[in-house]
Amino acid sequence: MYGGGNVFEATKFDNLQSEDPVKLAEFEARIARGEKIEPTDWMPELYRKQLIRMIEQHAHSEIIGALPEGTWITRAPGFRRKMAQMAKVQDEVGHAQLLYSAAETLGKSREQMLTDLINGKSKYSNVFNYPAFTWADSNIISWLIDAGAIVNQMANAKGSYGPYSRALERICAEEAFHLKYGHDAVVHMATGTPKQREMIQAALNRWWPPIMTFFGPSDKMSTHTETLMRWKVKMASNDECRQQFLDMYVPKIWELGLTVPDPKLKKNQETGQWEYTEPDWDEFKRVINGDGPCNAERLAVRRTAEERGAWVRRALLNPKAKYVKPLA
Amino acid sequence: MNEQAIKDLLYKLADDQLILGHRNSEWTGFGPILEEDIAFSSMAQDKIGHSLAFYTLLQELGEAEPDTVAFTRNANQFHNSQLVELPNGEYDFSLIRHFLYDNAEIIRFEMLSQSRYEPIVKVATKLKGEVKYHVLHANTWIKNLGSSTEEAILRLQSALSEALPYALGMFEKSKYEQELIDAGVYAGEEAVKAEWLKRIQAVIEKTELKMPDLESITPKFGGRYGEHTEHLQPLLDEMAEVFKIDPTAEW
Repeated sequence: MYGGGNVFEATKFDNLQSEDPVKLAEFEARIARGEKIEPTDWMPELYRKQLIRMIEQHAHSEIIGALPEGTWITRAPGFRRKMAQMAKVQDEVGHAQLLYSAAETLGKSREQMLTDLINGKSKYSNVFNYPAFTWADSNIISWLIDAGAIVNQMANAKGSYGPYSRALERICAEEAFHLKYGHDAVVHMATGTPKQREMIQAALNRWWPPIMTFFGPSDKMSTHTETLMRWKVKMASNDECRQQFLDMYVPKIWELGLTVPDPKLKKNQETGQWEYTEPDWDEFKRVINGDGPCNAERLAVRRTAEERGAWVRRALLNPKAKYVKPLA
Repeated sequence: MNEQAIKDLLYKLADDQLILGHRNSEWTGFGPILEEDIAFSSMAQDKIGHSLAFYTLLQELGEAEPDTVAFTRNANQFHNSQLVELPNGEYDFSLIRHFLYDNAEIIRFEMLSQSRYEPIVKVATKLKGEVKYHVLHANTWIKNLGSSTEEAILRLQSALSEALPYALGMFEKSKYEQELIDAGVYAGEEAVKAEWLKRIQAVIEKTELKMPDLESITPKFGGRYGEHTEHLQPLLDEMAEVFKIDPTAEW
């Protein structure tokens, strides 16, 4: 699950001046022709750097995203939900595995990426810094956060880097099942007992503001991403993704008799665009920089898992062999 | 055939797998490497699925439906061995438990797939094929880690000593033991235990681990009769937390 809203580095023209202009032109022509770039192909350093950053953030989002829903595995009501919730969260961890190996093809090891996650050097999707208070919160995540992730990932699957694009195709296929699962669980809650309806509406109210920030800051505030768009690293703007998401899911939310907690939310029939209360981007920045309700807890869990598992990883390495290069 | 005897056996099988499946699922997001998160989750899904298969057989014998049986009983109504309810601890303990448990479970399933009690044969035959991979997973990891670093060997050795009394508790005989053997349902706990010992010893011998002297160990019995450690009731409370908000609701 990942909504983009990436923290890209500002692309400075300077970064490209050290590149061989002939090779750069050839590279750009390949991308323009719709060819995929493969690990051993020539690529500008900036392309490599931004892709590592993006794929790594995506991989981190998958393992951190497994935590809020993971806490509900042991509490899922009934066999059907318990088995589905386990399989769903397992898929997310599997996505992380797939994505770390895609990022490793660009020269950064999984171990290093996980270290950077724990140290707070690299980011993950900001929504997972919010808590899943109840079973209903977990259902809203399974449905709407996964829905948002699909919007973003379907776009990025058309990107230029072969290993990432192929990983995303597989991930999207699985996310489509998550979406069905999440929708089914929300339908049961929304059409269930008064208590269930109250739980699901409360969860939607809690999750709506984070969902609205899921695709990242509005285009007017984003740093220039023209180069990344031309290189097919970033495939759709944050606002385009947000509009697409609203178009697809607001009617489905209303269909269930649920209320979206934004009085300004409506589709402007003339422009075809959704209008909404501008999300609190100051809060978004604060949370992404560490000051959210769950940042510390999420990283602490991850750090503990890494520390407690360190002896296993040490034992798996052949103690007589020297570890001199990344696994992939 | 004595229906009570069959029910007792089915509860034992179902409860072991539900509780261990639940424990295995607690590794999701916390494994020492991502591949182990994924492996423990796969086994958890299998185990919970297996428990459902046995609860369904029980339902056919007139017991309540699986959700009710699994999500509303108290600890003293559970027939699982104490081994499976112990907290996961560190990965060393979880791995050793998985090794000791699954090597016994597969023997039970092999026997039950030859049972003279027809309804269990089909289920045991199917599940045996899945548990085979759990055993393969456990044995591979024990062989790898058990011959790796000093640190890993020490950890596994200590986990083995900790888990063995509980593992021996798996073979606590039910009060219907002789009836089940006479009716050809399966060969009984003593036979399972003897075969289990052979198999785990064969794996241990391929490592630098040492098998403790079993004669000096007192098995932790009681689980099959509803006596449990203090860890089971909190696990059940957590499992039923949402279900009990409204047991009649469709979730």
